[in-house]
Amino acid sequence: MKTLQSYKIPFILIITLLIVVWLFNISLGSVSIPNSEIFSILFQGESSKESWQTIILNYRIPKAITAILVGSGLSISGLLMQTLFRNPLAGPFVLGISSGASLGVALLILGSSLIGGISGLAFSNFGMAIAASLGAFLVLSAVLIAANKVRNTMSILIIGLMFGSITSAIISVLSYFSSAEQLQQFIFWGFGSLGNLSWNELKVFGLIFFVGISLLAFIIKPLNSLLLGENYAKSVGINIKFTRNITLIITSILTGVITAFSGPIAFVGLAVPHLTKLVFNTSNHKILIPAVAIVGAILMLVADTIAQLPTSEYTLPINAITSLFGAPIVIWLLVRKRKIY
Amino acid sequence: MLTKKNKHIALKVKNLSIGYTSKKGQSIVASHLNMEIEKGAFVCLLGKNGIGKSTLLRTLSKIQPFIDGEIILNDIPLYDYSANELAQKISLVMTEKLPESNLTVFELIALGRQPYTNWIGKLSEKDIEKINLSMEQTHIEHLSNSKFYELSDGQLQRVLISRALAQDTDIIILDEPTAHLDVQHKMETFQLLKNLAEKLHKTILVSSHEIHQAIQSATELWLMTDEKLIVGKPQELIENGNIEKLFTSENIVFNKKNQQFVLKNHETSVK
Repeated sequence: MKTLQSYKIPFILIITLLIVVWLFNISLGSVSIPNSEIFSILFQGESSKESWQTIILNYRIPKAITAILVGSGLSISGLLMQTLFRNPLAGPFVLGISSGASLGVALLILGSSLIGGISGLAFSNFGMAIAASLGAFLVLSAVLIAANKVRNTMSILIIGLMFGSITSAIISVLSYFSSAEQLQQFIFWGFGSLGNLSWNELKVFGLIFFVGISLLAFIIKPLNSLLLGENYAKSVGINIKFTRNITLIITSILTGVITAFSGPIAFVGLAVPHLTKLVFNTSNHKILIPAVAIVGAILMLVADTIAQLPTSEYTLPINAITSLFGAPIVIWLLVRKRKIY
Repeated sequence: MLTKKNKHIALKVKNLSIGYTSKKGQSIVASHLNMEIEKGAFVCLLGKNGIGKSTLLRTLSKIQPFIDGEIILNDIPLYDYSANELAQKISLVMTEKLPESNLTVFELIALGRQPYTNWIGKLSEKDIEKINLSMEQTHIEHLSNSKFYELSDGQLQRVLISRALAQDTDIIILDEPTAHLDVQHKMETFQLLKNLAEKLHKTILVSSHEIHQAIQSATELWLMTDEKLIVGKPQELIENGNIEKLFTSENIVFNKKNQQFVLKNHETSVK
């Protein structure tokens, strides 16, 4: 019998890995700082050069924390959607949820010129987060309604793609009417970026993030019974509607706030739950949720380390890196022997 | 308790109409259903394909709403039970395919304990005891650590019955549990269900196409026909010929000696 106890070793392993990757991520960047200096900044709060201290404390650490929040949040969203849709290919990006969040942000950044006068709200962090969450919620509800009508895995994915197309079409129309300045701001946002967040922005990010995470307490048990399908879940006394709504809200909040602050980030939500299941080989959400969060954080830190091309001045769009490892995983899922239904 | 009241009615149905409600209106599958199940009975629901057996079972287990009438569970209307209370009274075994997951047999059966566990689903010692007991009763202890997708259909059916047992309910409702099984596993499943009713006093309601097996093992048959639902003991229904009403085709008849439906031509040629 497998209890929490038997997962102790893998958990210790991935937590250690997370710390190593985190330190590694902080130690690398466009400015090279000796490791001994980094340690003294981290643990004694002093260094021989003031600029190094600023880089570490106000740039690299916030970025590493952002990476952890983004990676774990998207991965948890992906896991929730895979269970809710009973579909191994579900994820915030594939089903168009990230596009929905983008639409919310686009309406705010680009649409403000059409409505005018609300630009103050448009560029506030809360405004972006709320708009993105609403956009995510809108698309997610639409996909869920559609998913109830078509049970077929592939059809749901195509519907998700279509919602993605619709939102990008609306964004195109909006861009047509926007000023060059707004357009530039939106395009840079769309590349996806983990940096650029100040400590104050990070506080807002963290706060909204933990509101979403704390709601998980309501659905861990129901999600486990949903592994047998909705009817069995009902027969053991689970309120399906409540569970589905809470899951929707959590996914929207997490995807929304992440997309608002870091842009739409591809494939992490889909791929991480599968990678985690390779290590943990369980479906129990009590174990999977923390595991997926940690693995997601590790992967995002690694992706970010690669993206900043250590020792060079250039930074690749983080989306390019996540797609490079994420898309092959989707292909592998589709061609592997075990049937997907 | 059974001796005080001469019988204990587990489930009672009065003037029930079942079917589906949609925007276009109602489509009624069956109406004016009246029957009751005694505690410890083994009831087998028979009827041709598409007659509404699954609809009836889903309605009785509150998976699907009814259109009209009354369903009474232990003297209290079904719809007065909270979801969790009901989960401690009725458990289900369904035909639908399980979604893909990594659940082990033990974990799958443990999900049957959800009505009794805390917010995060922690299993107490009592829960684990019940799970182990239900695995013993269905003879699947050796499968405990296997993944459920590795099992044969026959083994999986036992696991699902074991899950229902772990849920520790008076009533177990099964929708065509023998549909994908070979003859041996069909017989074993019916034998298992019969034992659960006789030895553990579980009330079993099962839909099936196995008429011969049903006659052999069930204490009561419900025959779902186009006009109405006929209730009776297996031998009575054979004697009064009601069992013939299951199928409307002229070409098949019930052979009393074999307790089977056979082709009419075939029967005459055998004679």
